Amino acid sequence: MSDLSDYVPRIEELARKLGLDYYPVDFEMVPNNFMMEIAVYGLPVRMPHWSFGVRYIHQLVRQTMGHSRIFEVMFPGNPCHAYLVNANSLAENVLVTAHVIGHADFSKNNQLFERFHKMGGGRIVEQSAERAHRIEAAVEEFGKKRVEAVLDAALALEPHIDLDQDLHRSRYPTHSAPPTFDPTTTFVRRFQELSGPDADASEAEGVQRLAVPPHPEKDLLWFIAQYGPELEPWERDIFLAVREEAFYFYPVFACQIMNEGWASYWHARLLREADFLPQDLYLNAIKAHSDVVRPIAAEQQTALSINPYHLGFMMWEKIIERDGLEAAKAIMREEDDFGFVRNYLDRELAEELGLFVFDAKDDGEIKITSKSIHAVREAILSPKFNFGAPRVAVTELRNDGSLVLEHDYQTDARGLDATRARKVLNYIHTIWRRPVRLHTVDGRGAPREIATE
Amino acid sequence: MNADSRITAEQPWYDLFSRGARDWIRHNEKVREALKHSLPQIVSDGDVLSKSGDHSVFVPVKFLEHARFRLTDPSSEQGVGQGQGEPGDVLRQGQQPGDGDADNAHEGAGGEGEGEVRFVMEVKIDDIMDWLWEELKLPDLKPRPNANVDEDDYVREGYDKHGPRARLDRRRTMKEAIKRRAVQEGAPAFTNDDLRFRQLKRRHTPALNAVVVCALDVSASMAEIQRKLAKTFFFFAVHGLKRQYAKVELVFVAHTVNAWEFNETEFFQVTASGGTAASSAFGLSLDILKSRYDPARYNCYLFYASDGDNFSEDRAAAQQALGELAQFSNYIGYLEVVPATYASAETEMTRLMTEARGAAAAIGISKVARDEDVWQALRHFFLQEAQSNELSSNT
Repeated sequence: MSDLSDYVPRIEELARKLGLDYYPVDFEMVPNNFMMEIAVYGLPVRMPHWSFGVRYIHQLVRQTMGHSRIFEVMFPGNPCHAYLVNANSLAENVLVTAHVIGHADFSKNNQLFERFHKMGGGRIVEQSAERAHRIEAAVEEFGKKRVEAVLDAALALEPHIDLDQDLHRSRYPTHSAPPTFDPTTTFVRRFQELSGPDADASEAEGVQRLAVPPHPEKDLLWFIAQYGPELEPWERDIFLAVREEAFYFYPVFACQIMNEGWASYWHARLLREADFLPQDLYLNAIKAHSDVVRPIAAEQQTALSINPYHLGFMMWEKIIERDGLEAAKAIMREEDDFGFVRNYLDRELAEELGLFVFDAKDDGEIKITSKSIHAVREAILSPKFNFGAPRVAVTELRNDGSLVLEHDYQTDARGLDATRARKVLNYIHTIWRRPVRLHTVDGRGAPREIATE
Repeated sequence: MNADSRITAEQPWYDLFSRGARDWIRHNEKVREALKHSLPQIVSDGDVLSKSGDHSVFVPVKFLEHARFRLTDPSSEQGVGQGQGEPGDVLRQGQQPGDGDADNAHEGAGGEGEGEVRFVMEVKIDDIMDWLWEELKLPDLKPRPNANVDEDDYVREGYDKHGPRARLDRRRTMKEAIKRRAVQEGAPAFTNDDLRFRQLKRRHTPALNAVVVCALDVSASMAEIQRKLAKTFFFFAVHGLKRQYAKVELVFVAHTVNAWEFNETEFFQVTASGGTAASSAFGLSLDILKSRYDPARYNCYLFYASDGDNFSEDRAAAQQALGELAQFSNYIGYLEVVPATYASAETEMTRLMTEARGAAAAIGISKVARDEDVWQALRHFFLQEAQSNELSSNT
């Protein structure tokens, strides 16, 4: 009987022939329970925190009830790491292998992935395991309670990073740069020739102590790590560890539709062209494919969510059919989900797929509100803006060390949930060790200040 | 370079260590911590008691939510779906809040309904009692060092080289033989000198049995809510005493003008109409104690719950029975359950109890009007009980 190692080299050979370009992939066969943990933690070995325990139990329940099944988890890097379930059938794992190769190609070539890969170093699996060990060492040294308090704060702020900045940032300049004059201009030359009492003073005046932060700072994790008044080094370490992982997660989050679609397109195509696969294996694999990319559960007529595998797959099929593979590759390199959906999800496809926008009221009523392509696109993208989190920035670090946060309620259209916000502020307070306050608006749009007690 | 791809399949440690389970356990620890801080509510929640057959109760708890910044919940949530339908179509009718599967509705909009899910956590009554003790800062109760209550017993104590065969300690003997052989060359395996026998000594031991009489006034004036308060109080009082004694026996007595003994389940369901003559309950309790529980072997406790009324004609009889009961008991706790709005002057029963206390009996009195008061009452009784122990052990 043949096993996966017979097929993987031949699938890879085929992939190269079709022009896929990727870093090598380490495939690892793992038991189902470990697979579930990878999915829950987002990484194979990650820091301990009780909130993962809650997600774990939810996933365990879903899986036990048959609502959810995880086929693969893949971590881009050099090499990439892919985890496959050892209990799955050979056909399923052949399909998954091809799927993973699609992801590997995507993550090497997509510009967003590439940028984050360069910043992070492409060894996320190893790095996160190292960080987890450091945190476990901190637990040994400083006790579970203290480490947990830091993780409570850091993980609560996980999506609050500044994606336009680098992963490795230096602190703000403390003083403004001295004004530079081009001494070659006639005006400056003549000005300097002037004699006067303040010649020296004017130079000192040009340099000013800068406020911290000099502009609203979106990267809360970075700011707290850098400017926490009494932060201990190991606490800073934990903040930076969570931040680094957040940077890793962002491209996966922001390209989900494109990336899953791309991988699904390639697993379908690789299997179709893999003439070395036995017929029954091919048929079983294709059956697994149609389960993965199906938009709507078999017994239902409508779904109240979109399946990113299905949507992405249909979009890529259409793009490649219409514009060719090279054009598709260019799109794959340049876009993320925002550009992909806005530029390439057209009216025709949306109609074909039966996409609609619905409104779910508190009392449970669900009503279709629109099928307009613009509404559909924006509704697909709205949970993805700003890493899926409200826009909160540090605006002020006061003389007494207290921290002032500002919620940008105008872009978010409404205020923050006060109970949760207060809890988060209390988490921050534990490690900031000075008062923390936050400005947002209440239900009627009136300004509201939330502060730690 | 693609040839570098590898397949590995062996990572045996996965099976040995579940990080998900570890963090789940930590979550549950935190839930328990949180429960500990809401003990007064758990204690006053009557439902906890209804399943008290074994050693734990089931407390419904929510999953803890790890808070993040989130926008306020809008009155309606938008999502994208797929399938048949035109704008204006209603996919699902509005429902009464609470029924229907909210999870689905949220999924489309990317919401995590996780904060909503509840589960039931098993909490050991022993844990609750430990928390209570910690929270109330109670001293450990001591059995009353009363000569009557102590008994003689043989306890194992020390070893000797001589004794009856039946008490030969083979392990000790073996050790002695090994020690001896280690210093003697070519010595015999065992000698008589190696033999060790367990010795018994006659010792005075305090009796670790207790009998608790729960007496409840079930006359017409005791409403359902008052009985529930009494029940809650009895439950925790009994468990508090169970911490202290190896064996706690319970006697349940209910009374109007007459008194009856009940078993535990019936006891809390009894209602009756009619007047109140506490002497009947005291008398019955006294009979039961006298006939069944040898005061030389039992520490006796009586908890009596009533709304404070008592026929004035009964005064003399009650006074006498109470006095006699006090002789028998380590402690008598009187719980007056009054309606919340009712701030009365001293009731008949309070007067009786106060008089009896004046006659040097260990009696505690506490008033309970609301659930929260049960907490205070427990604290009051156990503190006082412990103090009265201190006193009597000093004399």
